[in-house]
Amino acid sequence: MLNNYNSLAQPMWQNGPAPGEFYNFTGGQTPVQQLPRELTTMGPYGTKHSTASSTTGTSVLGIRYDSGVMLAADTLVSYGSMARYQNIERVFKVNKNILLGGSGDFADIQSIKRNIDQKMIEDQCCDDNIEMKPKSLASWMTRVLYNRRSRMNPLYIDVVVGGVDNEGTPYLANVDLRGRSYEDYVVATGFARHLAVPLVREKKPKDRDFTAVEASELIRTCMEVLYYRDTRNISQYTVGVCSVNGCGVEGPFQVNENWTFAETIKGY
Amino acid sequence: MSTIGTGYDLSASQFSPDGRVFQIDYASKAVEKSGTVIGIRGKDAVVLAVEKIITSKLYEPDAGGRIFTIEKNIGMAVAGLVADGNFVADIARQEAANYRQQFEQAIPLKHLCHRVAGYVHAYTLYSAVRPFGLSIILASWDEVEGPQLYKIEPSGSSFGYFACASGKAKQLAKTEMEKLKMDMRTDELVESAGEIIYKVHDELKDKDFRFEMGLVGRVTGGLHLINPSELTEKARKAGDAANKDEDSDNETH
Repeated sequence: MLNNYNSLAQPMWQNGPAPGEFYNFTGGQTPVQQLPRELTTMGPYGTKHSTASSTTGTSVLGIRYDSGVMLAADTLVSYGSMARYQNIERVFKVNKNILLGGSGDFADIQSIKRNIDQKMIEDQCCDDNIEMKPKSLASWMTRVLYNRRSRMNPLYIDVVVGGVDNEGTPYLANVDLRGRSYEDYVVATGFARHLAVPLVREKKPKDRDFTAVEASELIRTCMEVLYYRDTRNISQYTVGVCSVNGCGVEGPFQVNENWTFAETIKGY
Repeated sequence: MSTIGTGYDLSASQFSPDGRVFQIDYASKAVEKSGTVIGIRGKDAVVLAVEKIITSKLYEPDAGGRIFTIEKNIGMAVAGLVADGNFVADIARQEAANYRQQFEQAIPLKHLCHRVAGYVHAYTLYSAVRPFGLSIILASWDEVEGPQLYKIEPSGSSFGYFACASGKAKQLAKTEMEKLKMDMRTDELVESAGEIIYKVHDELKDKDFRFEMGLVGRVTGGLHLINPSELTEKARKAGDAANKDEDSDNETH
């Protein structure tokens, strides 16, 4: 529909030698770049791409339960180690089927979110009552992110995509900055991958899925643990819930803080 | 059109000696042949309604729709050439997408109308192109601006309206709409739209038609919906009922 808006899909290889010609090294008479500079592999004098992010969001935790998914992330966006923006939501409702939780470079998150929102509007313009499903979005994300990494210019993000499809089957996946992805009943990014995932796996009954109550209880305890143990966390977090009954972001909630144990800690 | 445009009607880039651009007049002719399209502004909603003339029974019911969704809260209805309508709808969508990309909010309807009107007008200036055979009605609702309704003519001129009409029964529809009260409730609005479209339909000239509508307002959660089932049914019923009343009136006379 809108062919010229999506600037993410560009030819993979430029500046190579035309068939039968010698390679034209940079600094010489390379033709004027026709694509936006940030999407090319090399400018006339070389191109420096960003290699680190500056404003970042930390972990996102997603849990799949019998009839839906829950995504949680705290509301902090850090500037380096400084807790710079303390009230920014990082779990988004994409449409009535999809939730997206973003960690990593927050500018990149916002950028990809804008693209996704525009896709949803295009969906609506079709007026066929069909909304995108979480699996499709996750798949699309892998393509975009892989494409960017192939240009040596990745988006520094790690996202969790979750939701339900038309049959109400829950879906939960992680897509990272290289375009790798996997599905599971628990996925997490950042520190939560080390701290929260084992806690959730420990509680998983072998013979059945979690219930909504169990999932929400696990989210609560995990966010608490993350707050205590991840230095880039704050006590406030939001939870996205998506099931056949609806899709939305709830909160902000507050972690149950208890620092009475602090005085018992000695030796620093 | 009484004037014969000998020599001056071949190009959109040339005036005739009496100050007309014939290609624009011809584009208006294309609009006048089309099924009637109306737009009415209510208190918390705007309705677009179309008399879609069915030229063959072999078409699927929703084929050749003349109502489009441009943005979340913007609807567009066209009278005239459907193919031109599809094209302009796409242009309008790009315009809306571009605005959103820059400002992270939906395009104000006034702004969109201005841009699309500018585009339509550009097609009246060059010999290499023909003007769009379209009358374009744009509608939107939001919490801040309330209901808004604009119409763009083939010439590229545009105006804001309380209610407007284009197509075959433009005059009749306008007379009907002048009788309506301002700031109607949404259910009244939808019913009036149904009544007018059913009333202005000429059974003798065009046999079959399908009533289609677009609605944007508080009831739709600020989204433009095409043929929302419940309200569309309401409008069709109101139209049907009004038509039957009229028929029985005729019999008693």
